[in-house]
Amino acid sequence: MNTTAVPAAPGALARFFDGDVWHSFKSSPMAITAAVIAAVCVFCAVFANWVAPHNPFDLAAVNLSDSRLPPAWIEGGSGTYLLGTDDQGRDILSAIMYGARISLFVGVASVLVSMVVGVGLGLLSGFAGGKIDALIMRVCDVMLSFPSLLVALLIDGVGRAIFPNAHDTLAFGVLIVAISLTGWVQYARTVRGSTLVERNREYVQAARVIGVKPSRIMFKHVLPNVMGPVLVLATIHVAAAILTEATLSFLGVGVPPTSPSLGTLIRIGNDFLFSGEWWITIFPGMMLILIALSVNLLGDWLRDALNPRLR
Amino acid sequence: MLAFILRRLAQAFVVMLSVAFIAFMLFQYVGDPVASMLGQDATAEQRMQLRADLGLDQPFPVQFAHFVGNALQGDFGLSLRQGRSVSALIVERLPATLELSIVAALIALLVGIPLGVYAALRRGTFGSQLAMTVSLIGVSLPTFLIGILLILVFSVTLKWLPSFGRGDVVNLGGWTTGFLSFDGWRHLVLPAITLSVFQLALILRLVRAEMLEVLRTDYIKFARARGLPNRAVYFGHALKNTLVPVITITGLQLGALIAFAIITETVFQWPGMGLLFIQAVQFADVPVMAAYLCLVALIFVIVNLVVDLLYFAVDPRLRIEKPAGGH
Amino acid sequence: MSAPLLEVKNLRVEFPTRRGTLLALDDISFDIAPGEILGVVGESGAGKSLTGAAIIGLLEPPGRIAGGEIRLAGQRIDNLPYEQMRAIRGRRIGAIFQDPLTSLNPLYTIGRQLTETILTHLPVSAEEARARAIRLLQETGIPAAEERLEQYPHQFSGGMRQRVVISLALAAEPELIVADEPTTALDVSIQAQIISLLKRLCKDHGAAVMLVTHDMGVIAETCDRVAVMYAGRICEIGPVHEVIHHPAHPYTSGLMGSIPAMDDTRERLLQIDGAMPRLNAIPQGCAFNPRCPQVMERCRRDRPDLSDAGRTHAACWLHAQETAT
Repeated sequence: MNTTAVPAAPGALARFFDGDVWHSFKSSPMAITAAVIAAVCVFCAVFANWVAPHNPFDLAAVNLSDSRLPPAWIEGGSGTYLLGTDDQGRDILSAIMYGARISLFVGVASVLVSMVVGVGLGLLSGFAGGKIDALIMRVCDVMLSFPSLLVALLIDGVGRAIFPNAHDTLAFGVLIVAISLTGWVQYARTVRGSTLVERNREYVQAARVIGVKPSRIMFKHVLPNVMGPVLVLATIHVAAAILTEATLSFLGVGVPPTSPSLGTLIRIGNDFLFSGEWWITIFPGMMLILIALSVNLLGDWLRDALNPRLR
Repeated sequence: MLAFILRRLAQAFVVMLSVAFIAFMLFQYVGDPVASMLGQDATAEQRMQLRADLGLDQPFPVQFAHFVGNALQGDFGLSLRQGRSVSALIVERLPATLELSIVAALIALLVGIPLGVYAALRRGTFGSQLAMTVSLIGVSLPTFLIGILLILVFSVTLKWLPSFGRGDVVNLGGWTTGFLSFDGWRHLVLPAITLSVFQLALILRLVRAEMLEVLRTDYIKFARARGLPNRAVYFGHALKNTLVPVITITGLQLGALIAFAIITETVFQWPGMGLLFIQAVQFADVPVMAAYLCLVALIFVIVNLVVDLLYFAVDPRLRIEKPAGGH
Repeated sequence: MSAPLLEVKNLRVEFPTRRGTLLALDDISFDIAPGEILGVVGESGAGKSLTGAAIIGLLEPPGRIAGGEIRLAGQRIDNLPYEQMRAIRGRRIGAIFQDPLTSLNPLYTIGRQLTETILTHLPVSAEEARARAIRLLQETGIPAAEERLEQYPHQFSGGMRQRVVISLALAAEPELIVADEPTTALDVSIQAQIISLLKRLCKDHGAAVMLVTHDMGVIAETCDRVAVMYAGRICEIGPVHEVIHHPAHPYTSGLMGSIPAMDDTRERLLQIDGAMPRLNAIPQGCAFNPRCPQVMERCRRDRPDLSDAGRTHAACWLHAQETAT
């Protein structure tokens, strides 16, 4: 005799594309624009090797005599360097694309780590209950009351002190850990809340009665149903993580100088603001804003679309 | 109510102790204080001597107790970077940061709350959409970029406002204030606006969201059904119910304000605690980092306590009351 | 026969949605005489609360009145601008909602909410308003009224809160009270008290009541007349005793039959097969025809209007006179 399979609750992903949410997307010009912009930025960043007109890291190709050229549409600019060059002769447009790639990489990686840690702890907390739950929530409370930037700075600073001559990979690792350690709390709380609700639903009770292992119930049945809010969080969080990384790099404690992110570029360019070469800092800034804004808009729209009460 | 306060104080104590512990760990194990104090060429005896002098050969709890004792007196040792007493450094910089933060917080509240209310009441109009879009940009722009943009427009291009430092400050018995001179205010404008933007945008969106929620409640519907005028419904009932959670959340946001002050001070070279902290991080100046950590934790704990008390005072449901009577 | 206090004629309320316009109230007509208690009964979704909301002018957008008229003492009120309607709300028409827990603002004292309402509508001084507030609370049976004025809603039990709500509704001496399920959220033991309180107070203050509920027991106890609603339409209306004991419309009979009586011995509960149709799937002709045990060919084609069925008025082809076309 076969054991009857516990019917899995309808997956959130399937519901996602059905009807209202997709319709809401199609009828919101803002969401579509944001999605397009975000897609373009991501594309340029990921395929920078092929899309960028120059390679700013190729020392042989960089020409010092071309330094400090203004953007092409201003007197003195040249068509080869559409957005101008910096003090070393590197093309700003290409630097932006490579920089965006670093920024996106750190941002997305941090969010993924945060998500895994946060969702895992949230599931555990909601499912196990009791002392484990209380402990995890206490930690969340304490962590929430500290601003993420401060925690990230501290971890980075400590990392610096412990590994004074760290090589790049380690520096990246420390950075990602620093940013993700501040972000997991939101996921944990949200998932815990949803888990507590789902835990009392009939399908979970039924699974327990049949004897399905708790971890299996957690991952196979409860998890798909709590992913909706997690997706919204992750989207908004990506923008926040990118901005945090940019801030840290701007402050000089982020990515190593050999792999400049958008934040690093802005910091470098800042020195030239008063001498009139504004483009060196402004264009990386614009790119950063574009990415953050479009992702935030998407996240905003997503949250409204998934919230049945706001219709 | 007394029990409540005692409980919160106990919690605060635990938090402070844990933070002190972390700070202590930083002190002891991150970087070698002896090496940084004596340099590379010290002999073994010199190191041993210094260790004994610093009490580093004592058992762990004793060292921790020492640390806490010193900390309570405000003694965090010497800055590795500057060689001066850490507490003196912090006290010197504190007024700058506090003045900046207070002005920024005021701007955020005085502009954010009215705009949020407007965006909720006039939902769907152009004005409210504009406010929402601008606020979205506000939370999407990193603080340092806002500072840079403001500098570009107002300092470099228009040359109206200065872009670094505090300007002329007046020393009032240890507290240097920029409020008493016109130059001081001129220097305060751009950094304060930069610092306030994120808060402002957040408050605006929060107030709007809360107000929209409140406007959908039954008691507002009932108030309208009783024929109360709009003014009373919106500004009497809805606003009060909206502001209660908003004010408390805003208080808790003070943490973010302190964090972003670090950025703002860096961009504008504002001589405050934040700039001090960043320089400490860049230099791995552990004593300063540890002291900053403890100070910030203290500020949080105090603010949290005040916010809790405020909540208590404003929301009658939290006060201990007589049991409900009869039918 | 005095002029009716409230006249609702051919009222239509619709909801434009993304998927088309839903007609939630379809051609509702009824009157309420001064001092009368009219019950409005029906299943969830039949449109009872909507009718009340339309009358006090607080339809939730995107809902809107799409046709017909509502008259209060002869004056049209459905097309009034907001400010004028606001003056009528509370002063001439009071409202009571279902959940007393959420009907009161938790941050204001009861006294403040009462005096605010009184001062908005009546030209009295603050002291006089306070005195009235105390009297109202005493009338609704709240002990130690003067102390209670300074208390907050959460300090009252559910039944007491509903008494406060009733006093708030009566504060400005309205002529009509729209009570939307006033006892549904209360304990059964308290329901009877509240209902009799409502009935007594309205008689004392001379207010008519439109009592919306799904509880026939309450209707039987309290009302003079009752209207039975189904799928956004009124299917029967008449004096309470007649509607309950001699229903003319098959739906009403089904409703009355499905309520078990104390002295009944029955093996199975009677029920009406099927379910009330959703707003976007209302059948042609009489809305009840798919479930009606006495359905005729005509019922599927033409929609019946309310007509005299002897003891009551019913919208049913069984009783309608042939109208001359």
